[in-house]
Amino acid sequence: MSLAVDITTADLVSAGFAADASDRLGRRSRGWSGWVTGLTPAADLTISWAEMERRLLEMGFVEGARVEVLQEGPIGRDPIAVRVDDLTVALRRRDADVILVAEG
Amino acid sequence: MNGPAAPEIALVGCPNSGKTSLFNALTGSRQKVANYAGVTVERKEGSFLTTSGRPVKILDLPGTYSLRGRSPDEIVTRDVVLGRLAGEEIPDAVVCVADATNLRLVLRLVMELKAVGRPMVLALNMMDVVERQGGRIDVERLSQELGIPVVSTVAIKRGGTAALLAVIDALPLHEDPPTEHGWREPSAAEIRAAHAEAARILHECAFHPGNEHLTRKLDAVLLHPVFGVVILLAVLFLMFQAVFSWAAPAMDLIKTGIEWAGVEVGGVLPEGLLKSLVVDGIFAGVGAVLVFLPQIVILFFFIILLEDFGYMARAAFLMDRLRPGTAAPGPPLIPLLPSFACPFPGIMAAGFMETRRDRIATIMVAPLMTCSARLPVYTLIIAAFIPDRRVLGGFGLQGLVMFGLFAAGILSALAVAFVLKKLIWREAPEPFIMELPDYKVPAPAHVALGLWIRAGAFLRKAGTVILALMILIWFLSTFPAPPEGATGPAIDWSIAGRIGHFLAPIFEPIGFNWQIVVALIPGMAAREVAVGVLGTVYALSATGDEVGQALQPVLAAAWSLPTALSFLVWYVFAPQCVSTLAVVRRETNSRFWPAMMFTYQFVLAYVAAFATFHIAGALLR
Repeated sequence: MSLAVDITTADLVSAGFAADASDRLGRRSRGWSGWVTGLTPAADLTISWAEMERRLLEMGFVEGARVEVLQEGPIGRDPIAVRVDDLTVALRRRDADVILVAEG
Repeated sequence: MNGPAAPEIALVGCPNSGKTSLFNALTGSRQKVANYAGVTVERKEGSFLTTSGRPVKILDLPGTYSLRGRSPDEIVTRDVVLGRLAGEEIPDAVVCVADATNLRLVLRLVMELKAVGRPMVLALNMMDVVERQGGRIDVERLSQELGIPVVSTVAIKRGGTAALLAVIDALPLHEDPPTEHGWREPSAAEIRAAHAEAARILHECAFHPGNEHLTRKLDAVLLHPVFGVVILLAVLFLMFQAVFSWAAPAMDLIKTGIEWAGVEVGGVLPEGLLKSLVVDGIFAGVGAVLVFLPQIVILFFFIILLEDFGYMARAAFLMDRLRPGTAAPGPPLIPLLPSFACPFPGIMAAGFMETRRDRIATIMVAPLMTCSARLPVYTLIIAAFIPDRRVLGGFGLQGLVMFGLFAAGILSALAVAFVLKKLIWREAPEPFIMELPDYKVPAPAHVALGLWIRAGAFLRKAGTVILALMILIWFLSTFPAPPEGATGPAIDWSIAGRIGHFLAPIFEPIGFNWQIVVALIPGMAAREVAVGVLGTVYALSATGDEVGQALQPVLAAAWSLPTALSFLVWYVFAPQCVSTLAVVRRETNSRFWPAMMFTYQFVLAYVAAFATFHIAGALLR
């Protein structure tokens, strides 16, 4: 079952459905809420994608998780504090950009 | 294989799970703090008795969300649990600690730990908070779902660990460890599946409304782009003030007390070497160690309090972009600010940094901050050589020079951190993904115990080394005694004096005469000691605070201005403090980093003093 979820995300990207900016958590402003639809590789990551994906999953950024942007950092509105289900996680916008989200 | 030895339990849990509180509740002050062999990771071991009176050893492993080992700390946790860390036995059992108010991530960790195959218990800490907030957890059901014993604990309450002690008693603690463990690194798909399973179990067994409301309200202020920063600066300023000024009366008291005791004890001893050893060696050495305690206790009071409250993660959030270019291991502010009082507490506080390279970068640049021990030296030289006049429209020249010395320290710290990054840590920066825990009221007993253990660790580990070095420096400055009828200061005849004369040619290019070089050696004991030693070398009869006053005209006559400036610059950079090196040795658990620190500071000081001496000489010609 989980494998299917994996393929769906990868399929989306390879089939050219790669998300545009508005689908990315890193572009959302304070007060925005929605849910995670998937994780997508980015070119400018400082660690391998396999590692980045697992770190985000371990912190609760799984498909279907509720997210809300609670706070923005003082410089360049970065990093952001995000409520992920029942947990608050801080991360930089460039790292949050690999998290695909939908409003609702 | 365990035989009659006490079984050893590993304590594992997510960061912010209250793991350390539970560890403290179980062991009280029966703890030993050291480092794991070869890494800058703190090793905390304690012992306690189970309900039936069985002694058990327990190891508090670094907090982690998984066994994958993403940092040196997490690798320690993984390798200990899997029994593959050199020098550590495979634990007889694993106690996983969970913050009962926040179970989701830890359930996934429990699944990984179960795969290892050791006897295991899940301790739900902070159950009182769940109940107070109107939540409930079906402990029996959770135990069935997970297939391991589950108990609730309240670490901050007396007797709050009784259930855990009883369960540990019932564990099969003396089973031979399996030759193979069943753990392997989970794939992304497996992590997703484990999350789904954790969500299902949580839905079945727990209901917790949470205190998200309060945390949200506090964060709206404490993480506010303007108010949040103002509050952070106020907190930092308060810490700096506390370490710098509040500690002063306690330090004076300790200093005076030890001096008084030394004189009293010295009074009953006959004049001679024994008296000199006791008063100038042992008592002065003990004083040199104890005098740091107030600053260390005050700084750690703030750090433990803020950590327990949940503020440290917020400070990291607010300051994340302040690190130069975000990609650099910028010198983090919290440990560096108090280093203006003394680098000791700063270096010890570096242990709270998230990554190893932050820790090392902080430790390496901390001594460049102008510590209070440099002030007597700066004051003396500035008063003797810098005219007290106004320049640039009303600024006092003396004050400007003092400011320049402080600025030189800060700028060089930034430069050194930058060079460290370029030379040593070329690998890409880690992403910043950090849990911001819900706010909690710190438990006074936990804070007090934390302070007690820090202070004890400092006295045992660093204190003994510092005392030994102090006595060594006393020995070098005292032996051999001058022959009968000798003229000149006694230190001139000693080993230190001879070393000074021997080294003098090396320091000639930076304008130091042999008197300065001789003063540098006892000055290694503590920077401010150099003032007293210069007094001795120039054969002054004054003692105590009067030495500085009496020295001014003597130095003004004996030194050229370039020499004085060169001496000031030397003091900005030079590794003039063996105690700092001893603390770095203990905190980094290596000989490499203190050696590296000594070398870079020496080279930096020499080059800067050389440049100052020659540029000043050329300008004044």
